[in-house]
Amino acid sequence: MAIAARDFRELRLDGMSRNFGVVNALKGVTLNVRRGEFIALLGPSGCGKSTALNCLAGLLTLSGGSIWLDSTRIDRLAPEERGFGMVFQNYALFPHMSVRKNIGFGLRMQGVAKAEIERKVDEVLAIVRLGDQGDKLPGQLSGGQQQRVAIARAIVIEPPLVLMDEPLSNLDAKLRLEMRAEIRRIHELIGSATIYVTHDQEEALSLADRIVVMRAGEVRQLGTPEDLYDRPAHPDVAEFMGYRNQIRSHAAKSGNLLNVVIGGATLAGTPVDGAGEGDVVAAIRPDDLKVTAAGALSVTVESAQYHGNDFYCLGRSGDGTELYFRSETKVKKADTVRLAADPSRVLVYSQARP
Amino acid sequence: MSERAMDAPAERLPLRTRLALYELDGVTLLVLPAVLFVIALFVYPFAYGFVLSFQPKVGDWLANYAKFFSDPFLYDTIEATFRLAIPATLINVLLSIPVALRVRRMRNRRVLTTILVIPITLGTVLIAEGLLNYLGPQGWFNRTLVLFGFSQVRLVHNYTGVMLSLILSGFPFTFLLTLSYLTGIDPSLEQAAATLGAKARARFRHILMPLLAQGLAINLCLSFVQTFSVFPSAVLLGAPAGATRVISIAAYQAAYEQYDASMASAIAMIMGFCQLAVVVLILGARHFVYRGSAGGGKG
Amino acid sequence: MGPQKPASERLWAIAIWALVIFFIVNFTAMVAAVLVNSFGTRWFNAWLPAGFTTRWYQSAWDEFQLHDVLIVTFEVVGAVVLISGLLGVPAAYALARRNFPGKQIVILLFLLPMLIPPITFGIPLATVLYQAHLGGNMSGVILANLVPTVPFVVLVMIPFIEQIDPRVEAAARVFGAGTGRLFVHILLPLLAPGILAALLLVLVRTIAMFELTFFTAGPGSQTLVVALYYAAYAAGVRAGQSIDAMAVVYMLTTLVWLLIALRFVDPTQIVTRAKQQPAN
Repeated sequence: MAIAARDFRELRLDGMSRNFGVVNALKGVTLNVRRGEFIALLGPSGCGKSTALNCLAGLLTLSGGSIWLDSTRIDRLAPEERGFGMVFQNYALFPHMSVRKNIGFGLRMQGVAKAEIERKVDEVLAIVRLGDQGDKLPGQLSGGQQQRVAIARAIVIEPPLVLMDEPLSNLDAKLRLEMRAEIRRIHELIGSATIYVTHDQEEALSLADRIVVMRAGEVRQLGTPEDLYDRPAHPDVAEFMGYRNQIRSHAAKSGNLLNVVIGGATLAGTPVDGAGEGDVVAAIRPDDLKVTAAGALSVTVESAQYHGNDFYCLGRSGDGTELYFRSETKVKKADTVRLAADPSRVLVYSQARP
Repeated sequence: MSERAMDAPAERLPLRTRLALYELDGVTLLVLPAVLFVIALFVYPFAYGFVLSFQPKVGDWLANYAKFFSDPFLYDTIEATFRLAIPATLINVLLSIPVALRVRRMRNRRVLTTILVIPITLGTVLIAEGLLNYLGPQGWFNRTLVLFGFSQVRLVHNYTGVMLSLILSGFPFTFLLTLSYLTGIDPSLEQAAATLGAKARARFRHILMPLLAQGLAINLCLSFVQTFSVFPSAVLLGAPAGATRVISIAAYQAAYEQYDASMASAIAMIMGFCQLAVVVLILGARHFVYRGSAGGGKG
Repeated sequence: MGPQKPASERLWAIAIWALVIFFIVNFTAMVAAVLVNSFGTRWFNAWLPAGFTTRWYQSAWDEFQLHDVLIVTFEVVGAVVLISGLLGVPAAYALARRNFPGKQIVILLFLLPMLIPPITFGIPLATVLYQAHLGGNMSGVILANLVPTVPFVVLVMIPFIEQIDPRVEAAARVFGAGTGRLFVHILLPLLAPGILAALLLVLVRTIAMFELTFFTAGPGSQTLVVALYYAAYAAGVRAGQSIDAMAVVYMLTTLVWLLIALRFVDPTQIVTRAKQQPAN
């Protein structure tokens, strides 16, 4: 394998901060990235994930904190000196250069010999499966093809780290799924570390080794996809992970669990991070609210969307609480159904959490 | 039932509908007054002048042109005008590039652009009149030179004065035009080049210049055409009987001093032809450079 | 980009800024010289005039009949602004909304008067106007000045109109508005800022437009800039201070309207045809 990422042990982000006037876009982000890891920066717009990426690339200077590649401090370096590969959201392909020239640009800047550049460009074109498009101009390619050229351009310079800024957001749904698999495949082939910015939790869950969930410039949770999916640490992280039902209520202790009043019924839930009696927020996935005849919670169906396999429904309980749930059997508006949830799938957070 | 429909003859669409398919309706007619105006007051006079130039007061149909190209007092004006226009254009356009590159990063660009718009607004007459004073032998510029130990420089009623006036009135225009082209280039292209290791000079050479080339060509054309038609400053600030006797002066004299409208039209046609030749040359050279959009792909 | 700039880059930056400042300083000094001279009693061999007075303004006012000249200037400019608006805005609307055969030719037709400098077409135009007995008076001057401004209005307005979502107009028609009422109730209010900007630009450009007026004006139809030229041309005869006083009056006229125009318009649009939308 001729194209392979340069070796490094660890990329350390130490309290990265960035202000724009009075706005704190990044408030002290700390993170360690190991060689070969795929890290996703996940969060809603404005959470600071793109700012973090641009600081890493050197396109923005840090207001505070530092960035280290092994024992070298790199946050004072200009972007042309850092040697990272970057894939931009709008691809940023040079419109006046052919695909080959686009991809070979970084190598040209490094002063690599022409023959060597051609060889490497050929190799990378094969990796991204664009072998016969080499002489076209970017304007003649489809969105997906432009995407792949952008990736090829970033990896051909064999960087230790590849930065991707929401690369799939401009593609249609089907293409997005295909490209997701491609990105993961290329990542494993090259072996570089990848930092991938996205607002799509499905993308993050399927691609990343570890996910950094960000909000308002801070890291809310850092963990593997399984960690985040099963045990989100905060209600907002939970919401991002698909725990659409978030009910504010009162909890009472019941052994190791907490009993929470939801929709007029009492459900047992698992406390997260030391939640106790008092005001709480209970988070439940719609998939985890099952329709059973023996369920304690009674709701009236307000709407039911047919999703092929099941129905995605919105129900309202007697006290007005709205709950989203899935039903395998057909339900209609104004039906009454009873719901239950496994205590391990009802996450209870203290309301006082920041 | 369907058979009967097929038997019925096809209806002819009414005229209005057919025209509408070509996007010709009442709205399109709104363009007519302006079009008629431009034809009447621009195309027609031009054509009239063209024809008139072949109808001299004396001699055959080419007499005007023959006279122009056989009288050094007349044909030397072409050289005099080129001698002014080409350096002025090159200086104005080439200088605009580094200045625009610097200025586009500024946050308070508006102040600078406002200041630079003032020379354009004041116009060539005022600048010529002002320079007569300022660059004169007793003016502040020469006084300052003397103050610093240099000797006086002759800057009025000669080539230099007109050149300075052309730069003063022309540079703001080329600068603003270059700036607008520069800011039209997607900034993420330069960012991408930087992440791939391109330093500032490399970014300029490989990314900015090729994408700017089209705009620069237009800038050169517009600037040349403007400077080639220099008139009030050549008269007020130059030596209209000598080094700065430009072709517009010859045309003016033919029209208003010799009352020879035919000759004046001929000279105007020659002037237009020279400008056209240079424009075609510049735009033709564009074919060797990229001519597409300055964006970086989708998004 | 990058926190540390090499020394060579910083030197280059200083050189560029020095150039810009040199340009601005010299230009300002030139304007200042005109201003100072217009207030000076006598100014021969010194940095500043011997004394200061305002009598040159009175003298210039009488000598150059500035009252009449100013009235003529505003009449000409006013007429040009009005007529170019009336002709240009509907034409721009048609070009923005319809893609008829021959559209490219029409656009070229509007580009030519803006690209070809006034002198080149001014002399034939003056000839035609004189033949039509319109030369040497106000109508001729107004018509001549309209030639570059009508296309200017058209080309400046097209992007403004394209910015209005055509579906807004479709909605108006669906709810019963004909073309007339569409213009009055929907388009004109939405386009007002654009029209204002375009007309202010026309105003500023016409005040400074020299060649066209010079070729078509008679003694009673000179605009201020042409009168200034004639005064400067005969400089040996007139006192330099009164010429400069007139120049100051001219500067004030243009700059006042420039300032007003700049409230609505970006300075760049005076130059470009507002076609470039800069990527901010």
